[in-house]
Amino acid sequence: MLNKEIRNHFPILDQEINGHPLVYLDSAATSQKPVQVIEALDNYYRWNNSNVHRGVHTLGNKATDGYEGAREKVRKFINAKSTEEIIFMRGTTTALNTVAESYGHANVSEGDEIVITHMEHHSNIIPWQQLAKETGAVLKYIDLEEDGTLSLDKVRETITDRTKIVSIMYVSNVLGTMNPIEEITEIAHQHGAIMCVDAAQAAPHMRIDVQKLNCDFLAFSGHKMCGPTGIGVLYGKKELLNNMEPIEFGGEMIDFVGLYESTWKELPWKFEGGTPIIAGAIGLGAAIDYLEEIGLDAIERHEHDLAGYAMDKMSEINGLTIYGPRDPEKRAGLVTFNLDDVHPHDVATVLDMNGIAVRAGHHCAQPLMKWLACSATARASFYLYNTTEDVDRLVEGLRSAKEYFKDVN
Amino acid sequence: MSTNKLDQLYRSVIMDHYKNPKNKGVLEGGNVTIDMNNPTCGDVIHLTMNVEDDIVKEAKFEGEGCSISMASASMMTQMIKGKTTEQATKLAHAFSDMMLGKDLDDSIELDDLEALSGVAQFPARIKCATLSWKAMEKGVSGEPQ
Repeated sequence: MLNKEIRNHFPILDQEINGHPLVYLDSAATSQKPVQVIEALDNYYRWNNSNVHRGVHTLGNKATDGYEGAREKVRKFINAKSTEEIIFMRGTTTALNTVAESYGHANVSEGDEIVITHMEHHSNIIPWQQLAKETGAVLKYIDLEEDGTLSLDKVRETITDRTKIVSIMYVSNVLGTMNPIEEITEIAHQHGAIMCVDAAQAAPHMRIDVQKLNCDFLAFSGHKMCGPTGIGVLYGKKELLNNMEPIEFGGEMIDFVGLYESTWKELPWKFEGGTPIIAGAIGLGAAIDYLEEIGLDAIERHEHDLAGYAMDKMSEINGLTIYGPRDPEKRAGLVTFNLDDVHPHDVATVLDMNGIAVRAGHHCAQPLMKWLACSATARASFYLYNTTEDVDRLVEGLRSAKEYFKDVN
Repeated sequence: MSTNKLDQLYRSVIMDHYKNPKNKGVLEGGNVTIDMNNPTCGDVIHLTMNVEDDIVKEAKFEGEGCSISMASASMMTQMIKGKTTEQATKLAHAFSDMMLGKDLDDSIELDDLEALSGVAQFPARIKCATLSWKAMEKGVSGEPQ
């Protein structure tokens, strides 16, 4: 387990909610921000704010250095070959939409296949639904195993020579399943398809190596990994990005503008139309520095341990169902569950009254909820600042929810 | 824990309606059917009514959701039976006002519904309480689904 002092880096955690010290267990929705990131944003706006890539003046250079410096930090963070492959965007949703809109429309036609899975987040379903509808392509789903994992046999059965795009989440935001992206990428490539990875729940918690995965695109958001909202990353292989058209046109992304024709800047800027997300990128850079200093391996270990501890403790509660793989080594640091006869909203309200923040609902994964045969679930998700005491408070809260509703049934 | 505040939300009347919902089921031969869901949380309601001569003769609901949404649907179906569509719409507006914490017109009899007034203090749960009322309002307005 990580040192409990880490909690002190997050000023928001030091407060009472409904008369109890806050226990924040909703990091899979968005993480809290360490003082290092808050100060980086403050410092940027206080001392270095300026537009990038255009000024001759000193502040402009400072802002440009901060922005492009953050790009290099991201490159190193996911081990991309070049900063040309790192595009700053609003978040995972925008990044996945960009791949569907730009790469998809140029490369997918009627009768081709797009392959996703039953566990995807809406952001990795709907862009492909739309692409399939607009092009006449077929959207196929890889079925899940009983325990909410993917079997490579089913992956092999689903991907065919007609498959053009395979897009799969690295880590499930509901089941916690960690998918074998490297192996699936190899299967996709054998059939001439490209592999796109939704890494929104992976980037905050584990070491990502895009060269080892050999995936073609990978998307993640800053706000789930201690960074600010409104900044995310699309990684793409240079040879693919070079051949893709931008989907936003305007300032920043142009090379030469004529009355009737224009040309684009080189990578990565041709995909960054308009004044970029300068403060967001700088904040993300600070978040990466922060996570690297603690160590992604140590963070991942900490979360596995916490999830294991939570599953053990929660399993002792009668009538509590946990979804997803049971082996804590095979899942990320979150536990999705239901308490018999108490609706997850009611569970979440009782927990909230105890100062404990969890998510309740469909977690932006309605097809997965259907697969699980429930309309909603509750989810506790952990991050580097959570402790076993937080889990104990959760378990105590769950027991009081059960007690409170016991007369109902 | 803050049991008092929780009790405000889950008054015994609500729990009674949750435990023993009134008018649960599908109305055979109803002439109005409304399906509505709350996309942010997954609650769903299937409301069937029989509206004749601008009077709600019968109403039944089926659905999935938390105690607040199901209890609210139970109370709603109970209250609107026998009301004119105009009265039912007025009640829906009064209910919505109550959820927003607004003062209500004294002429409106809210009966059991007042048990739900505590929901106004839980902003995240207001949508749970209003789902069935929105479905009903749509149903009596004669708008096509």
